[in-house]
Amino acid sequence: MSMVLIAIATLLTIAMIGAAWVTIRAKKVATAMLAAGLVSLFASVMFLFLAAPDVAMTEAAIGSGLTTFLFFFVLGRVRGGSDD
Amino acid sequence: MIRNFAVFLLLLGLGAIFLHLLDGYVPASELNQTARYYAEHTAQDLGAANIVTAIIVTYRGLDTLGEVTVLFLASTIIGMVLAQGSKRQRALQRKLPASGELLTTGSRLLVPLILLFGAYVFVNGHLTPGGGFQGGAIIASAALLVLLTDPLKRFSHKLIALVESISGLVFVGVGVLGMLLAGGFLDNRILPTGEFGALFSAGAIPLIYSFVGLKVGAEFTSMLTNLAETEKS
Amino acid sequence: MDWIAMATGFILILMGLYGALTERNILRIIVSFTVANTGVNLVLVAVGYMHGRTAPILDKTVPVAEAVARIIDPVPQALVLTAIVIGLGVTAMMLTYAYKLYEEKGTLDVSKCRDLKW
Repeated sequence: MSMVLIAIATLLTIAMIGAAWVTIRAKKVATAMLAAGLVSLFASVMFLFLAAPDVAMTEAAIGSGLTTFLFFFVLGRVRGGSDD
Repeated sequence: MIRNFAVFLLLLGLGAIFLHLLDGYVPASELNQTARYYAEHTAQDLGAANIVTAIIVTYRGLDTLGEVTVLFLASTIIGMVLAQGSKRQRALQRKLPASGELLTTGSRLLVPLILLFGAYVFVNGHLTPGGGFQGGAIIASAALLVLLTDPLKRFSHKLIALVESISGLVFVGVGVLGMLLAGGFLDNRILPTGEFGALFSAGAIPLIYSFVGLKVGAEFTSMLTNLAETEKS
Repeated sequence: MDWIAMATGFILILMGLYGALTERNILRIIVSFTVANTGVNLVLVAVGYMHGRTAPILDKTVPVAEAVARIIDPVPQALVLTAIVIGLGVTAMMLTYAYKLYEEKGTLDVSKCRDLKW
């Protein structure tokens, strides 16, 4: 049981660091924003494993959902600006 | 070049500090004194099953009041900064392509359900994971779905402001009532604590958290609305 | 478990800071900040974790009498809950200023904004 948990946590860690890498290295800003949302989503699963369901719920609803949408709202408004 | 080098040095130093912290970290095997107090006294004193909610609403209720104030300030500043832009472009609204049948019908079906789910989450905050902040975010996501269906839809600012100020007033009012009738500001024992684990229990916690949920939902909705109203032709 | 989460959080903070300090596009700087924010939250929750214990919610499986021995520290969770909500407010404000910057200057590149530089 514990081994399975540690294996899942390691997988999550790899996924989060990979998504964070995409965030700072992506060519397009939109990709970076989606990857940042993905980091938040994986973090919310990690919170669930850390026995914090309240925080997991908040992170999934706010950190992953609303923040990404706010980013895309603003990105839609500044289209045509110097993209990199 | 020099800038990148300085960034590299800074990150290296921070990394060394983090590594040191990680190396010296010894996980606690027992709850510390504060946590122990909360674990022992929450059920008897406050009657709330979710200790995190009890901490947020009652033990550190003043923090939460400050937090919703900060959120209110943030949404007000966003409205203030963006206000000028929207007035100029009001006349130039272009005709957007109609959103698809699926999105329109789906949102008509889902929006009431999402609102209901948000209300469920914040009413049950003292029993299950969840509460005002999560429920507020869910309510704001219903507003988001409406905006996705019809980007030119305008929510009534008056209604949002009304919901926000009434819930803020009730929040502070219940806090002051706690000072008059019970132990202190935001004390939840102005209502009977009831049977442990029932919906109507834990005194004023469900009441306070519901209004926090409405307030947070209104604030997030006003942020989204203000950003959406910058839509140009 | 807590060790893994804490290490991940620290790495995310470092990566987010790297992105925020080296990027020139203001939207990318804000995105990097949210990654660092997530990392900080992860570290804080990991500090409260204790091996073999469950979430701080009392019900049939965690009776009130055994709570002290069965639940993890609830205080960091309450703090992180606050931090996430405030984080969205801060992000929304940064995005608003980014939008205003674009409206005024027509660019998102912070290195082209030299009004306050000398």
